[in-house]
Amino acid sequence: MKKKFRLQPRAEQKIVQLLLYFLTSVAVLVLFFILAVILKNGLPQLSLEFLTKNPAHMGREGGIFSTVVATIYLTFIALLVATPLGVGTAIYLTEYTFEGTVTRIIRFGAECLAGIPSIIFGLFGFILFVNKLKFGWSILSGGLTLAFMVLPTIIRTSEEAIKSVPAAYRLVSYSLGSTRWQTVTKVVLPSAAPGIVTGVILSIGRSIGETAAVIFTAGSALHLPSSIFSSARTMSVHFYILAREGISMPKAYGTAAVLVIAILLINIITYYLMGKYIGRSSRS
Amino acid sequence: MARHKSGGDRLIRLSLLLVALSAISVLAIITIFIFEQGLPIMAKYGLKNFLLGQDWFPSEQSFGLLPMIVGSLLVTLGALVIGVPLGLASAIFLTEFSNRRLSGFLKPVIELLAGIPSVVYGFLGLMFLVPFIRKNFGGPGLSVLAASIILGIMILPTIISIAIDAIRAVPDSYREGSIALGATRWQTVRMVVLPAARSGLVAGIILGMGRAIGETMAVIMVAGNAADLPGSLLAPVRTLTSNIALEMAYASGEHRQALFATGVILFVIIMILNFLANLAARKQFRK
Repeated sequence: MKKKFRLQPRAEQKIVQLLLYFLTSVAVLVLFFILAVILKNGLPQLSLEFLTKNPAHMGREGGIFSTVVATIYLTFIALLVATPLGVGTAIYLTEYTFEGTVTRIIRFGAECLAGIPSIIFGLFGFILFVNKLKFGWSILSGGLTLAFMVLPTIIRTSEEAIKSVPAAYRLVSYSLGSTRWQTVTKVVLPSAAPGIVTGVILSIGRSIGETAAVIFTAGSALHLPSSIFSSARTMSVHFYILAREGISMPKAYGTAAVLVIAILLINIITYYLMGKYIGRSSRS
Repeated sequence: MARHKSGGDRLIRLSLLLVALSAISVLAIITIFIFEQGLPIMAKYGLKNFLLGQDWFPSEQSFGLLPMIVGSLLVTLGALVIGVPLGLASAIFLTEFSNRRLSGFLKPVIELLAGIPSVVYGFLGLMFLVPFIRKNFGGPGLSVLAASIILGIMILPTIISIAIDAIRAVPDSYREGSIALGATRWQTVRMVVLPAARSGLVAGIILGMGRAIGETMAVIMVAGNAADLPGSLLAPVRTLTSNIALEMAYASGEHRQALFATGVILFVIIMILNFLANLAARKQFRK
């Protein structure tokens, strides 16, 4: 391309630099604004009472205790199912096979699963768990749906963690006469554990923040769940309903602040662990 | 590699293989269920009516999804118009034009913000952006514009963090070569670094696009959700995802099947995007 009028390269650089500086400031300020608004309006709502009392009058009064409990139950079930599947997959991919058609199919499955929007998981969980398997709107249905949703995350982080265990460890273990399984369970997994935990924590964050997949599988009953077959409302769903139906903006802000603080804490822990145990390069 | 072919080892290998097939099996089951529920009604009323019909009146067997398809594409495009320039500019600035301390601080912070749940973005859109648009530009405020801006902000952290990784993956020797030839920093970035990082940048954009088109709750809160073709950027709009989420709670019979048909269309769009993203990402790694 030839232009008749051209800027001096240095002038051009100055202009571009200013433009980039401006755009970056906009992006960063907007993101900080979101955080600031939630904390500014939400923090004054927080108290021990808010966390330990059940919601009353559809959430207009009281706290969010039952939704915190529901969130913990759901997340726990999701990880109970997804962790063994994810770690098992990672062990198979890294320790028990060579790259080939099978591994390509497995990775393709995980990648595609990671790209499926949560509302599709919600639809699927609704048909399979709520309807066909007759679990109804329940903690179990919601937890299993979330398990499938976080599975790709756990596979990927576990794989990275296992790959970063030095090959020498394995060689030493084999040379001492251990079998492959002994090597995996006694040498590889213990060294990879912090990295695997990182993936699990990352998945906790995703489960806590999820709304679309949960609302159609776990329902939105406000009472304290009594078993895994009772319907329950998680914090995100509660927040969504409070805000969308205009029930109580102060309570919505309070719930949002709890959500955001919980997720930020989880992400900070994850980030710290990742930097420490998996190495920067594999972060994506 | 140890070559113990004992019975126990074979058993372990087999069970691990079964576990490893879980992800692809889940993918297969999801696909089968969504299609099984959605395809019959598409066949009954004709694919053309679903894709090109403009009227969504489920109680009168009118299942035109065109307004929602257009809605999804519009807000996704809007999100990219806002998110891509901001995201790429931030990534370029933080990697090539700022000092290490600033980028070392901002990159993790931006990645942390990626974890903020989408409902929170939607909520703030509802509280601040929607009234702002209503007051300054007219219309109901709940609009294509509001949804685009919220989604654009929501995908920012994704785009920034992947773009930074892609730019950092370009070897320093490329930059040194260009600078040594007398190019300015910006010329180096524009003519050497960005082309070299291109497929990674594209992968990041496509991933952000996938997030935008798949987002549900944030969009419901700010888009207005009228099932009509939007006449302007200030008109309300309904996306494919919102269509499912809004009506699933009470739909039954053919209406529910039509919502699954909505899911089928969304699913196909997402799969195409995934395929493109993988293609782009693979190109980068092969280098």
